[in-house]
Amino acid sequence: MKTRQMTEQLELFGCIQCGKCTGGCPVARKTALNIRSLIYHMLVEPELAVNAHEELWDCTCCFTCVERCPKDVRPAELIIGLRGELVESGRIPETIGAALMGIFRQGNPTGMAREDRSAWTNGTEVKAAQQGCELLYFVCCTASYDLRIQPVARALVKTFRAADLDFGTLGTEESCCGNEVRRMGEMGLFEMLVEENGELIRSVGASRLVTTSPHCFNTFKNEYGLDGIEVLHYTQLVAELIEDGRLNFSGGVDNKVTYHDPCFLGKQNHIFDEPRAILQAIPGVELVEMDRSRERSLCCEGGGGRMWAEGTNLEERLAFQRVREAAETGAEILAVACPFCLLTLEDAVKVQGLDEQLRVMDIMELVDLAL
Amino acid sequence: MIPVTIDGQSIEVEEETTILEAAQQLGIHIPTLCHHPALEPYGACRLCTVEIFYDGRSRLVTACNYPIRWELEVQTASDKVMKGRRLLAELLLARCPNAPAVREIAASLGVTETRFEMSSEDELCYLCGLCVRICEELIGQSAISFVSRGVDRQVGTPFFEFSDACIACGACEFICPTGAIKLPDITDKEPRPMLSEFDMGIAKRGNIYIPFPQAVPKIPVIDRENCLHYTLGRCGTCEYFCEANAIDYDQEDEFIDLDVDAVVVATGYDLMDPRIKPEFGYGVYPEVMTGIEFERLSSASGPTMGKVSVNDKAPKDVVFIKCVGSRDPHTGVPYCSRFCCMYTAKHAHLVRDRIPDANITIFYMDVRAFGKGYEEFYDRVKHERVTYRRGEPSEIYRRGNRLVVLAEDTMLGRPVEVEADLVVLATAAVPRADVKEMAEKLEIELSPDGFFQEEHPKLRPVDTQVDGIFLAGCCQGPKDIPDTVAQAKAAASSTLRVLAQRERVIRGA
Repeated sequence: MKTRQMTEQLELFGCIQCGKCTGGCPVARKTALNIRSLIYHMLVEPELAVNAHEELWDCTCCFTCVERCPKDVRPAELIIGLRGELVESGRIPETIGAALMGIFRQGNPTGMAREDRSAWTNGTEVKAAQQGCELLYFVCCTASYDLRIQPVARALVKTFRAADLDFGTLGTEESCCGNEVRRMGEMGLFEMLVEENGELIRSVGASRLVTTSPHCFNTFKNEYGLDGIEVLHYTQLVAELIEDGRLNFSGGVDNKVTYHDPCFLGKQNHIFDEPRAILQAIPGVELVEMDRSRERSLCCEGGGGRMWAEGTNLEERLAFQRVREAAETGAEILAVACPFCLLTLEDAVKVQGLDEQLRVMDIMELVDLAL
Repeated sequence: MIPVTIDGQSIEVEEETTILEAAQQLGIHIPTLCHHPALEPYGACRLCTVEIFYDGRSRLVTACNYPIRWELEVQTASDKVMKGRRLLAELLLARCPNAPAVREIAASLGVTETRFEMSSEDELCYLCGLCVRICEELIGQSAISFVSRGVDRQVGTPFFEFSDACIACGACEFICPTGAIKLPDITDKEPRPMLSEFDMGIAKRGNIYIPFPQAVPKIPVIDRENCLHYTLGRCGTCEYFCEANAIDYDQEDEFIDLDVDAVVVATGYDLMDPRIKPEFGYGVYPEVMTGIEFERLSSASGPTMGKVSVNDKAPKDVVFIKCVGSRDPHTGVPYCSRFCCMYTAKHAHLVRDRIPDANITIFYMDVRAFGKGYEEFYDRVKHERVTYRRGEPSEIYRRGNRLVVLAEDTMLGRPVEVEADLVVLATAAVPRADVKEMAEKLEIELSPDGFFQEEHPKLRPVDTQVDGIFLAGCCQGPKDIPDTVAQAKAAASSTLRVLAQRERVIRGA
């Protein structure tokens, strides 16, 4: 691949090679991925053999590099751009290809039928947003289809009802938000999703849009251009409901709880306090912090397409280290606010045999217990 | 004035002067254990007992509270007195056998053993009442008092519960000669230390203090926000002690109108709060400090006399991180702060001097050693086994009781983790907070970087847009001492031209 065009398009010239990107990259320590070095290559070499860099699939798109770059170079965008080259040439890991195909065909990466997307409601009536509502609840593919995450969606519905909100979902017309699609390099599919989802969302006429997943939240807020609609992650909304006194906790959770900041919520969108406010409002919760919290939270390795690919990196998953850090605080519950974090961290707990000590739960599952 | 003779020496004193005061005027030492010049005399310990002779009789009285009303002869160390004092020392030793103050007094009287039964080896309180009296007389809170009677007499709070009246000032703890009384026994309020601003919070200061040794004028200033006299109408000890009678609590700021023909603006700079870069854990980890905090820590005339220690130990692994906040449009500091490379080299050199076997690493993006002798100094520091590693660290986290600095060593081309006991951040130099206000008042401009704008970047570096107003030093942009002095000389001599004119036009903004 000739480097010049992408270098100019991504404006890589400001890079001073300080190394803060690679230095903060959570996977750099265990794979061959060195984003600074790739940028340098793009700057000084006329050609880059993209196909030789399989480690490009190791990036989780946590965007720590983008957060910390002092010269506004946005290193992760180079990875996304190079992945685009790989996608176009068809050289992508099989499982990622399958996920993309599923999104294209059935609107979700699992490939399960579109008409089963609303099965998570378990028969309870959820208003169709197409009929008009104030709050559009965008459920997310993972929350809709994954049996482990469906309780989170149900807990949110219960909470919205308890606060008497006028909300609705897009039902089976909801398609993947495309956040991971863009990060896997499939720009064509991403643009199509933005157009279709965007049109559908605008037609609902809701003033607010709330999501289960920080990934959906991220792309709707920052990449879709939904002017006039307030995009929220559920932690922002639920924290607001609690502060306004619209939720009553009759029960509680008598446990030590520690909170893991998801990259797409914390690092990228600076939402740190609302999830903690919710946890501290639940009676009985004793909130303890891990050392690496907030801006220094350790990525669970679920983003950037990593839910569907192992990548080249066979070293221990970061989620394993993360749950050990959580266990070290003495917490009994590791609270999360993202479906991908929930799945990767729970997996790590089980494989390491820590399930007697530590339970991974979404904040909404804890709210559900207390409502 | 009444004549009095103490140990054969004569003096005339005013009526009501105590024997102790008179002895002090003569330079005669009388031992005391419960006396303090700022408090009313108490007469509890009886050690200051002296023998007085008048009218053909002699009596033993306590010197601290005996007012001289007529001519007297005093013996401070007669046989009778010494016998009594030694007995007192034995009684005190029995009460507080291990209190240093008591042992000292006993030793000075030649008493090493006591015939009396010891109460408890750990007892430190000999009921001098200094704590009770200071709380009542100077602080005015009366949070503690003597309670119970006879052998059960002790210092305590009402019902032995935490006292609401206590303001956690620590005066009792301060004045107790043996360390018998501690704040946590009296209150659960957290005492708030008064931190020295000059020493960057590493050291404490009182409410009346001299800010730093080079202060001009070098006289003490009172912190009105916290001083007990201003806040509660109490104390007043400083005024009592000031021999020059220089303290006037009612003194107010004076506003002086001056007509001048020239102004040199030398208002300096500020340093950026590193919390704007949360990845470094400043404010979270006590082992992470800024360059200026390290300056005070390592200063030979500073609060630790130059001893570099972290968590009560000499740090074994020290990491310096440069460019914290500088050269980064996101923090509002796109420029280079200019002096950090050199002071970091200096700090590394200092650490090597104080801790010969420390491992010293400096993480850098560049090394700007531009001045006279600077490159040579940088070479020297490297030869002192200071390792310069290229790569701007991205994160610091804790591992056990140490810190880990995470960076990519760009020369090695891979991420590295360096363990550290101390991390020093070279933070960005920024304009002072009130620079906009100053600029408006003076009707001069600011450059895009926020510092005062020089009239021409090359040819008129110390002039402003207003003829007669000149700039010098960091208020015009970060720079180090040689450049600041050069600008100061330029600005000062520029004023001479202005002052020499009989008439002139002031070009204004």
